[in-house]
Amino acid sequence: MKYLHLVWTNLGRKKLRTLLTLLSILVAFVLFGFLSAIKQALVGGVDLAGADRLIVRHKVSIIQLLPESYKARMERIPGVALATHQTWFGGVYQDPKNFFMQNPVVPEEFLAMHPELILAPEQKKAWLETRTGAIVGRKTAERFHWKIGDKVPIQSTIWGQQDGSRTWEFDIVGIYDGRDKGTDTTPLFFRYDYFDEARRGANGLVGWYTIRVRDPSRAAEVAKLVDQEFENSSSETKTEPEGAFIQAWASQLGNIVLIVAAILGAVFFTILLVAGNTMAQAVRERTGELGVLKAIGFSNGQIVALVLAESCLLTVLGGGLGLGLAWIVISRGDPTSGLLPMFYLRTRDLLLGLGISVALGICTGIFPALQAMRLRVADALRRI
Amino acid sequence: MNESKSANGALVHVDGVEKVFHRGTEEIHVLKDLHLQVPAGEFLSLMGPSGSGKTTLLNLIGGLDRPTKGAVTIAGERVDQMSDRRLGAWRARHIGFVFQLYNLMPMLTTERNVELPLLLTHLSKAERKKHVDAALAMVGLSHRANHYPRTLSGGEQQRVGIARGIVTDPTLLLCDEPTGDLDRKSGDEILDLLQALNGEHSKTIVMVTHDPHAAARAGRTVYLDKGQFSDEPVK
Repeated sequence: MKYLHLVWTNLGRKKLRTLLTLLSILVAFVLFGFLSAIKQALVGGVDLAGADRLIVRHKVSIIQLLPESYKARMERIPGVALATHQTWFGGVYQDPKNFFMQNPVVPEEFLAMHPELILAPEQKKAWLETRTGAIVGRKTAERFHWKIGDKVPIQSTIWGQQDGSRTWEFDIVGIYDGRDKGTDTTPLFFRYDYFDEARRGANGLVGWYTIRVRDPSRAAEVAKLVDQEFENSSSETKTEPEGAFIQAWASQLGNIVLIVAAILGAVFFTILLVAGNTMAQAVRERTGELGVLKAIGFSNGQIVALVLAESCLLTVLGGGLGLGLAWIVISRGDPTSGLLPMFYLRTRDLLLGLGISVALGICTGIFPALQAMRLRVADALRRI
Repeated sequence: MNESKSANGALVHVDGVEKVFHRGTEEIHVLKDLHLQVPAGEFLSLMGPSGSGKTTLLNLIGGLDRPTKGAVTIAGERVDQMSDRRLGAWRARHIGFVFQLYNLMPMLTTERNVELPLLLTHLSKAERKKHVDAALAMVGLSHRANHYPRTLSGGEQQRVGIARGIVTDPTLLLCDEPTGDLDRKSGDEILDLLQALNGEHSKTIVMVTHDPHAAARAGRTVYLDKGQFSDEPVK
């Protein structure tokens, strides 16, 4: 700590240069924060996917429907503990930009399948008693200022009612929370029986099934049995772990992780050059002073540590400010009004960012530090 | 004039020292078979024209460079045989440097500059402050403790340099042209200060200078010419 002022004052030597370098590092880490949050929003569900859950969809495509009658057959397959279905409703609230997920489900089965959704018992009871009842996640309830007892109209882009109307009215009977921070609390779930009776066409057909297996280690075997069960039927199935399903869904946009890594790689490489140049200049300018420090008795190790501490302070300061700024902005929530419901900066990504800033400091400082270490005192003093 | 090799009790022993620099394939013999003793408490000036090897000899005595041949012994320790790591620690403990161009850290205040050598000790912050205050008082700059070098005159900056050189109470104070960049009045003040450090505090001082006026303030003067001691000043 007694050397801190020495490191700190050196950064203030060329204020404009330090400020510009700091700003470039800050911008890079703001970008890192945003890309991490976008990646999390797109593929974060993979981490949260239940290890004991499989998704069964139509073999051709997710938009092809499956018979509701498959449920009973699935539950007879050895290793299957529970099966339930969902269907994509594709609705908007008041305005097309107010998009979020709404799916019809069978309440008791659905809640049993998804223990990560926390719903108060009295709200669950109300849902079971109210045919037009719907439960909505906390995020969406707060976004539209919905409360229990509200009647909300949702315009479906897919499903019309028998009277030709595409506007469906639901009674909000419950607001659920997520058990984990990353749990998506934007969807609205309503009763399948109400949906199936009221819709015009496709009755008895559902979007996809979620299966819970008794033993997660036998999930692959069960998935195979499920697909075998419906082989050569009119609606053959494709069964995969929930994580793989979410991954495949996100992959429609491309390999998100690779895209993010490529962008960040380019950004950090540029920053490496910028900060490295700053440090190299800073050390070159101070050759004489470093010579004096060595003459006074500073060891090579101490000189290396001082230069590295300076470069690390610069990058950690820039990185910390950038991550802080990103965190503040990202905390305000999904900037796309519903397309990225799980848009948030994970603690793990924050720590990774800080780790990268330290690594950046070491990489940018190591060569100037070694250069300073190799200085011969007599030569350095002659250069003053 | 070769100094005696056998004087006992000397603080500094330079025995048969040679220094050769290489410039491409060319060998430059900067110092040739030098012998010198400096007793503890002496104020010695090394005089000579530019290129005579004064600063090189001072660097060898201060452990900033190594002789090509010969031995440099300070307070009984062979400086020329120490590892780089040990040499740094040894310099911190035994040597105070005063440079011609002061070589202060421009971003640090006077007291922070003086404190620098103390950072290498185990002294607490309060103890370091006490030593810094004492050194600044000795050079008459207590009132400038919080000033930055750019706000000080050349003479004041050199006094800060001296305070930094003596703050650890080193065995030996090595001054390389300490008045070379100062006007006569400021130079005299610095020489007064060095004389006081030698006279009142028994500090052993080796001062390099090419100025006869400065050299006259020392207790003894030795002359260097083309890497060898000579009996008389070079004209």
